[in-house]
Amino acid sequence: MSSTKRTNSLGSQIGPFLMDQRAFVALIVLICVFWSMSDTFLTVTNVIIMTKHVAYNAILALGMLLVILTGGIDLSIGATMCLSGIVAGALLQNGIALNFMDKVGYPAAWAVIVFALAIGTLVGWINGLLVTRFGVAPFIATLGTMYMARGTALIMSNGVTYSKLGGSHELGNTGFLLIGSSKILGVPTVVWVMVVFAVAIWILTARTPFGRWLYATGGNERAAALSGVPVFRVKSWVYMISGFCAATVGVCMVSELTSVNGDLGTSFEMNAIAAVVIGGASLAGGRGGVKGTLVGAFVIGFLADGLVNIKVNTFWQTFIKGLVIVLAVILDQAQEKLKNRRAAAAAAASVRTIAAGTQEEAPQATTTA
Amino acid sequence: MSAAVTAPEATPAGEDGKVILAARAITKVYGGTHALRGVDFDVREGQVAALIGENGAGKSTLMKILAGVETPTTGTILLDGEPVTFASPTDAVAHGVAIIHQELSLCPNLSVQDNIFLARETTNGVIVDRRGERAAVEALMARLEEPISPDTLVGDLSLGQQQLVEIARALSEETRVLIMDEPTSALSAAEVEVLFRVVRELTRDRVSVIFISHHLEECMQLADHAVILRDGAVVASHAVAGIDIAWIVRNMIGREQDELYSDLPGVPGEAVLEIEGLSVADPANPNRIVVDNVSITVHAGEVVGVYGLMGAGRTEMLETIAGRNKALGGQIRLGGRRIDGMSIGERIQAGLALAPEDRQRDGLIPTLSVARNMSLSSLPRITRHGLVSQRAERGLVAEQVVNTRVKTESQGALIGSLSGGNQQKVVVGKALMTQPKALVLDEPTRGIDVGAKADIFTLMATQARAGAAILFATSEVSEALNAADRVIVMARGHITGEFDPKNTTQEQILAASDVDQGV
Repeated sequence: MSSTKRTNSLGSQIGPFLMDQRAFVALIVLICVFWSMSDTFLTVTNVIIMTKHVAYNAILALGMLLVILTGGIDLSIGATMCLSGIVAGALLQNGIALNFMDKVGYPAAWAVIVFALAIGTLVGWINGLLVTRFGVAPFIATLGTMYMARGTALIMSNGVTYSKLGGSHELGNTGFLLIGSSKILGVPTVVWVMVVFAVAIWILTARTPFGRWLYATGGNERAAALSGVPVFRVKSWVYMISGFCAATVGVCMVSELTSVNGDLGTSFEMNAIAAVVIGGASLAGGRGGVKGTLVGAFVIGFLADGLVNIKVNTFWQTFIKGLVIVLAVILDQAQEKLKNRRAAAAAAASVRTIAAGTQEEAPQATTTA
Repeated sequence: MSAAVTAPEATPAGEDGKVILAARAITKVYGGTHALRGVDFDVREGQVAALIGENGAGKSTLMKILAGVETPTTGTILLDGEPVTFASPTDAVAHGVAIIHQELSLCPNLSVQDNIFLARETTNGVIVDRRGERAAVEALMARLEEPISPDTLVGDLSLGQQQLVEIARALSEETRVLIMDEPTSALSAAEVEVLFRVVRELTRDRVSVIFISHHLEECMQLADHAVILRDGAVVASHAVAGIDIAWIVRNMIGREQDELYSDLPGVPGEAVLEIEGLSVADPANPNRIVVDNVSITVHAGEVVGVYGLMGAGRTEMLETIAGRNKALGGQIRLGGRRIDGMSIGERIQAGLALAPEDRQRDGLIPTLSVARNMSLSSLPRITRHGLVSQRAERGLVAEQVVNTRVKTESQGALIGSLSGGNQQKVVVGKALMTQPKALVLDEPTRGIDVGAKADIFTLMATQARAGAAILFATSEVSEALNAADRVIVMARGHITGEFDPKNTTQEQILAASDVDQGV
């Protein structure tokens, strides 16, 4: 069955190709549509602004992707971002009360950032602990930590908005606002952060043993464990990375907004999940990738900004976003079915050829009674 | 089993019962293999038909077709002489044909009553008629002579009682043909006795029973008629009154054995895998000991076969050796070094590899390609500076594809596109790629065709010749006798015999595997 007929006309090839790259195709279509409807859409300035908006969701989605690849979900990332942002804001504005000296200490901006990132990672670590050691379903575990992280942020800030985040030279804690406002080679630093995360997570998923473990755990946890994959460790790590990504977004966003309160990041997890799903990942785990997730984030971001650009009313914007998510998943299901049908057909064909070859040797029913 | 050793007294013996359900020329082709090839099968009113065959002979497939779980590729089913098609199990039940699966399909969180009336609750328009249902359940239990309260949670019942609840559910739907797939495999001797009594009562009420069991003694005791399947075809069929176990075994195994198996080296070296006093509790039920104080030593270059029926504890033992289950007690040593405290990954690194029994559930990652499935246990071997070297991976996979004779379009093909036998070879290849000192295989030939079987046995022999210690479990006597240097028989968690296959008969192995039944 090696070199049988293969009708390789261009027409039969292009369909599956477009289906495979559907998220990317959707992005191109989206860009073309908005381009034709608005002169300001595809200008350099606008693309840079839009990419900056995309960056936040993309970083969150990359962390979410890892969790989803293992078959889990992380609902806590919006709250985690907020908690990290509040911690950074509180440290910058109020410093740390050093009781034994009756003084207040102000850590340097870099130390504030490190601490904020550590807090996010800690929330992820708790998620991992709940999911592995305590066997709580990921949805419930991260729903719980979502409320706890949000609650902690509100308790800490007591409902106050921190807005003096610039620091002062006397205290030696300036520089925090640079992240959100600076540019490197004309591109916002935040976009570079996204690029770094995307490359790092692509290497992690596509090139390292950890990446293999990730896909195996999501594909069939029992078989992965029996093959020697440290399933618990893999799961703990993905929630920690997801928490770290959320904290990074929290820090960047607070720096750009120059203020933070307990509402930051509300329902951001939903946009991240949407980006991962539009990018072709399966919520059952084991399927998806960095490229798709990035495209998904761009689709969501460009769609939102494009609709604003062509002055579609906000209520319709929300509706259209939902529609796009549902369409993406329907297409995804259709493609899976197509793939499975092809695999089944290939298997059946191979049986037929084998059966044809061995028909004569098949045991015949002989009643010996 | 003391009383009623001969069943025929309960039913009019012989061939002349009215045929209720009949299969004619049934063929079933699955993705990978021909599961059934033109099978004819009769079910007579008020009689017990035993369906006998090795694993993969097609018993379960035939029963699934009769019960509407699967549809045949070709062939017809006749009910009272009329052709019928069962669209679903529910449809079959509506025609009076019910099946009780090996894995019971009860909801443990619901009461006996709710389970029996699940999805067909009797209502007074809107509200469930609990009183009416309760009376019906009590009547059923009285008929089965089992004092199980309708309010008991099914999860609180013993396995044997749960089986009776399944039977009660089937009876409440006016079942005329009851199919029982391995009903006794998880039951105690006393529970088996109750089950047999119930079955005999059913046949007295003109219910027909199809009984599938690996325990040949049980088949002889209970059945009126024995039908033997081999490689998807009916090879023999006879009234139980005129046959004996030897006749059954002869027909079950039948094929030319010698072509299947390779010569073994036969000169064992030093001890590689040592299991000493191993005890294991059932992971699902910690009070039940499934492996009780078992000791086995496997030497370099030696192939040891563990034979046992369902529930003998083979799988639990092998999974404990591999590190999936925790042992209650005992030691496991590999090359003199203790490995029982290690994780699965550490054991693989130490040189122990397992090819699990259920490849879909435990062996393969359906979302990954052939290559990635194969290399999953050997990632440390192909990692350079923290990254997976795809060139090294391609090389090792190519080597293993040749070695295990996997037929695949490419390394990148999805694992699901392969036939069952080739998937199994990938599972074995994954284990071999780790370069194990000891290779443990659980039912390595389950559900694969004869050619793939021969390939797997060749691989085992080659590995042994290269100095590996090989331990495999099987539920086919012929495999145990032909593919092993030494056969260990397990029954209900104990080792009940150790044999040299050169001077052992199949009957001796079967007798040792069935010890508890005779007592």
